Amino acid sequence: MADFAKRHSGVLLLALFVALLPLALPNRFYFDVATKVWLNAIVCVGLNLLVGYAGQISLGHAGFFALGAYASAILTRRFELNAFVAMGLGAAGTGLLAFAVARPILRLKGHYLAMATLGLGIIIFIVINREIWLTGGPDGTRVPALALGEWRLTRIEDWYWAAGAILVAAVALAQNLIGSGVGRALRALNGSEVAASTLGIDTARYKAMAFVVSAVFASLAGSLFAHVERFVTPAEAGFLRSIEFVTMVVLGGMASNFGAVVGAALLTMLPQLVADFQDYKHLVFGAVLMATMIFLPKGLVPSLTDLVRRRLGR
Amino acid sequence: MDEFLQFLFSGLTRGSIYAIVGIGFAIVYNASHVINFAQGEFVMIGGMAAVAITTKLGLPLAAAIPLSVALAALVGVALEKFAIEPARGASVVAIIIITIGASIFIRGGVEVLVGKRDHSLPAFSGDEPIRIAGATLQPQSLWVVGALVVIVLGLRWFFGATRTGKAMLATSHNRLAAQLVGIEVRHVLLASFALAAALGALAGILTAPITLTRYDIGIMLGLKGFCAAILGGLGSPYGAVAGGLALGMAEAMTGGYVSSGYQDAVAFAIILCVLFVRPQGLFGRAGTERV
Repeated sequence: MADFAKRHSGVLLLALFVALLPLALPNRFYFDVATKVWLNAIVCVGLNLLVGYAGQISLGHAGFFALGAYASAILTRRFELNAFVAMGLGAAGTGLLAFAVARPILRLKGHYLAMATLGLGIIIFIVINREIWLTGGPDGTRVPALALGEWRLTRIEDWYWAAGAILVAAVALAQNLIGSGVGRALRALNGSEVAASTLGIDTARYKAMAFVVSAVFASLAGSLFAHVERFVTPAEAGFLRSIEFVTMVVLGGMASNFGAVVGAALLTMLPQLVADFQDYKHLVFGAVLMATMIFLPKGLVPSLTDLVRRRLGR
Repeated sequence: MDEFLQFLFSGLTRGSIYAIVGIGFAIVYNASHVINFAQGEFVMIGGMAAVAITTKLGLPLAAAIPLSVALAALVGVALEKFAIEPARGASVVAIIIITIGASIFIRGGVEVLVGKRDHSLPAFSGDEPIRIAGATLQPQSLWVVGALVVIVLGLRWFFGATRTGKAMLATSHNRLAAQLVGIEVRHVLLASFALAAALGALAGILTAPITLTRYDIGIMLGLKGFCAAILGGLGSPYGAVAGGLALGMAEAMTGGYVSSGYQDAVAFAIILCVLFVRPQGLFGRAGTERV
């Protein structure tokens, strides 16, 4: 038990935080913000596997997020499928698409990879905008509540728990993955792809795996988001949304699952809690991106834990 | 047939703009191996500054053009100095994120200063369309294509006959060797950002009378310029010209004959296909990697 607690201390701590936070949340508005933090964090934990651990950039993950959101919206509303089935189909479809493009895309490096992922995201964005008969086009589309038989999930307080639980599960899964051979392979290929491949690591396979897992995480979060908001617009697939996800990962700390959560929390709360922020949103986002990469290239959480460790070590 | 001619003119105009933006990507990439995702913002700055100078200050266009270009070049230098240089030695991913941050920052700044409205610039030499074999051509399009020709000739001269141009070429071939023969590489980097920004701004001013300009036009124009640069093979300014023109044509033909809705997707679809089949671009040489 002690061993279990030690190995999973981070996940337990996160679970405890999720469990206790409602005591400090005064009203429904804050539950709503917290729920969105958890949902964005799920995307970031997945994206962090790809960007932080494997060192591969993606500027198109909002596309996967939106695919999940629209799959849920369209399959439940127009085809009247069960919401959970729709979510599963969305995740499977997104995973399949990611799997199909993963190998050719991840063969590319650096700028070419950035361009390819960005292009994929923008194509998804344009398709959602144009196929009005299916997606409702730029005006967006309504989404039914998450329901199973008679039971419906609509209260934001309930959503808080659902999203929080899924986030904890996602972090636990990511932590496990990172602690396993897969995680070591990803970090090895981040360090040096050539060195990793000479050690017998099938780098293409592991990169593709990280890409598909992160796409599926994004799709699931997108489905949940659609059901929480009960409305989706093509903006969810936009280039800026992709950048937002990358900013969250980078700010919180690359190669740190908890960093991804912290980054998601900070950047999700900022626009919600600061009045008039909307006007300065881009200015602040841009500045945060640049400043983090220049002054704290490892991100908040790893930099802070390093600091604490050095202090304690002395 | 006149329909085809019409689309051809449209493609040529768009393509020339993408080409000029793409040349900027290539110049910066050559000197610093940085892809400057903020390149599109220089296009926006150029157009917006020209609008502001002509309407707010009441200066003639002939004065507004050099002023706007100089302003953009200044922003380019500041970008290199304050965002790229402090992060020297960082990974490609880090540099990409920094330049994206810079582009969002610049766009956000203009958004706060000027607002989100559309702005337009009067055409340089009137709006009277020229009729050619049943198709019409805006005089502004001639300015755009003409500017591209002048820029290409200018760059030939610049890289072939001036000391700064030769220093840039040398730096792009081998940075260390360039430093060893006494080239101040830091100045070369600054100059390359300034030149790329100036070209971007020029593209922005040229296109503002045709497409209008607003705080966020830099995103798409920048990305398409990047497509042009990659299509032609990263780091080759003339490749970027070919890539830009090809892209413009493909867009105009798709918009005309297939679906105007998917016009914007063409560039990205082409680039994905090209990257899958020929990752080094159409005209780029296959690189071997040094371990």
